[in-house]
Amino acid sequence: MTKIREDALVLRQDALLEDVFSLWIQSEAIAAQARAGQFLSLYCREGSRLLPRPISICQIDRERGQIRLVYRTVGAGTREFAACRAGDRIPVLGPLGNGFPEIDKDKSALLLGGGIGIPPMLEAARELACRKTAVLGYRDQMFLKEEFEPFGPVYVSSEDGSFGTRGNVLDAVRENGLTADVILACGPRPMLKAVKEYAAARGIECWLSLEERMACGVGACLACVCQTKDVDGHSNVHNRRVCKDGPVFRAEEVEL
Amino acid sequence: MNTRVNIAGVELKNPVMTASGTFGSGEEYSEFMDLGCLGAVVTKGVANVPWPGNPVPRIAETYGGMLNAIGLQNPGIDVFVRRDIPFLRQFDTKIIVNVCGRTTEDYVEVVERLADQPADLLEINISCPNVKEGGIAFGQDPKAVEAITREVKRHARQPVIMKLSPNVTDITVMAKAAEAGGADALSLINTLTGMKIDIHRRTFALANKTGGLSGPAIKPVAVRMVYQAAQAVRIPIIGMGGIQNGEDAVEFLLAGATAVSVGTASFHNPMAAAETVRGIEDYMRTYGIEDVNQLIGAVR
Repeated sequence: MTKIREDALVLRQDALLEDVFSLWIQSEAIAAQARAGQFLSLYCREGSRLLPRPISICQIDRERGQIRLVYRTVGAGTREFAACRAGDRIPVLGPLGNGFPEIDKDKSALLLGGGIGIPPMLEAARELACRKTAVLGYRDQMFLKEEFEPFGPVYVSSEDGSFGTRGNVLDAVRENGLTADVILACGPRPMLKAVKEYAAARGIECWLSLEERMACGVGACLACVCQTKDVDGHSNVHNRRVCKDGPVFRAEEVEL
Repeated sequence: MNTRVNIAGVELKNPVMTASGTFGSGEEYSEFMDLGCLGAVVTKGVANVPWPGNPVPRIAETYGGMLNAIGLQNPGIDVFVRRDIPFLRQFDTKIIVNVCGRTTEDYVEVVERLADQPADLLEINISCPNVKEGGIAFGQDPKAVEAITREVKRHARQPVIMKLSPNVTDITVMAKAAEAGGADALSLINTLTGMKIDIHRRTFALANKTGGLSGPAIKPVAVRMVYQAAQAVRIPIIGMGGIQNGEDAVEFLLAGATAVSVGTASFHNPMAAAETVRGIEDYMRTYGIEDVNQLIGAVR
């Protein structure tokens, strides 16, 4: 796999919520190689913002050579991306990271997405050949939910109980009696911690997509490490690199 | 056009290197450039034993720069010698191994392990602001700088570069101390100690509270210190701090650096070091400079 650095053409950008945006970019080379669970580094034009922003891939259109990123604006850098319109160009690097594992088509998978961890689960839902059920956890406003519906049952939770199960994704899993052979999850750290415990208690194979502050995005700077149970081959200490060795890890492999 | 420069008897094909800690041992960036286009690759610091580094978050962006507190995570000299040196040997570039330690004995142990290794130069990190022992503990006291330089020199087979901290009142005092201890060259500057507070979470942006500031924000400080050090010592200086392109590199050469390192810029642009090589050549063509050595210390 080759990492591509290019100024990608913005095809369209839509606000899904006040602070969640859907961005389609043209990049044949990245789309041809990318897979669910990988991410791109997006670079700011404003020179005072040096570090790339890692953003997970939400959808890959290999035929058209297009990539969709759905992200939340959390600061000046992501607000700069949100201001981009069709015809603009954004410097990108990717695809980065390992992506989700393939799952045998005779198996079943629970795809758990919390907040801005929901977007990468959409491409997972599209790519996985197995039976899959999506469980999406929101604070109080829904996005992307209907796009999961063609791929299997979809359950939702909201923190304020305004829709679906009141609480988080695991509350929705419990309330609806959901189970599967494999769990894939992406979301905030407390959610991933709870999912890890939930899966371990039931002996379910579980993969977690982690997020961490990154600098280089390619495995060189050792900023975005995650503690591991065993000594890792590259670091020779109990640390793996989220950007290069991850972002997807076997749940039992990482200490959250 | 000549771009070759000489550091302590080692000839580099051009004056551009990578700054320690920003480039690993080159493997990750070899996907973006031929490492053979660089004057040298300076590796991330390596200690006698593996170091786990600091808790996360280890980095935070600041205006025109970034703070890091990686804490010198490294796999230890055994893995480094087995894996990283053979990797770098594949490329037509010089290998500069950055050495870190907690005690003088730690440094000496690594330097001795490297004696029979194909490393061209050693860079001794006595200036990391992110570890409590070692590192900066040596770099802020001129007597300690001179003593550790002398001790390392006594055991080193390769020429020794001492990497100095900018977190001092007078850089020339430290530069002279390293020269007095027998240093063959100096690297400066390491990062400036800084702090960022996340006002929304009302906590420190870095788990370590403080970190080292790098990036274009620190370049004027670095140029000034390179200039001052170049006036104070006779040994060559490798200048770094916020270099993003050939023009920035030329500024350091004019201030008195014999070579330069590209660091944080690689995070913003993975090809930054290679582009800096071309940028220096472009500058030389534009101004009709035949030999890059004509630029070194040309502004007094």
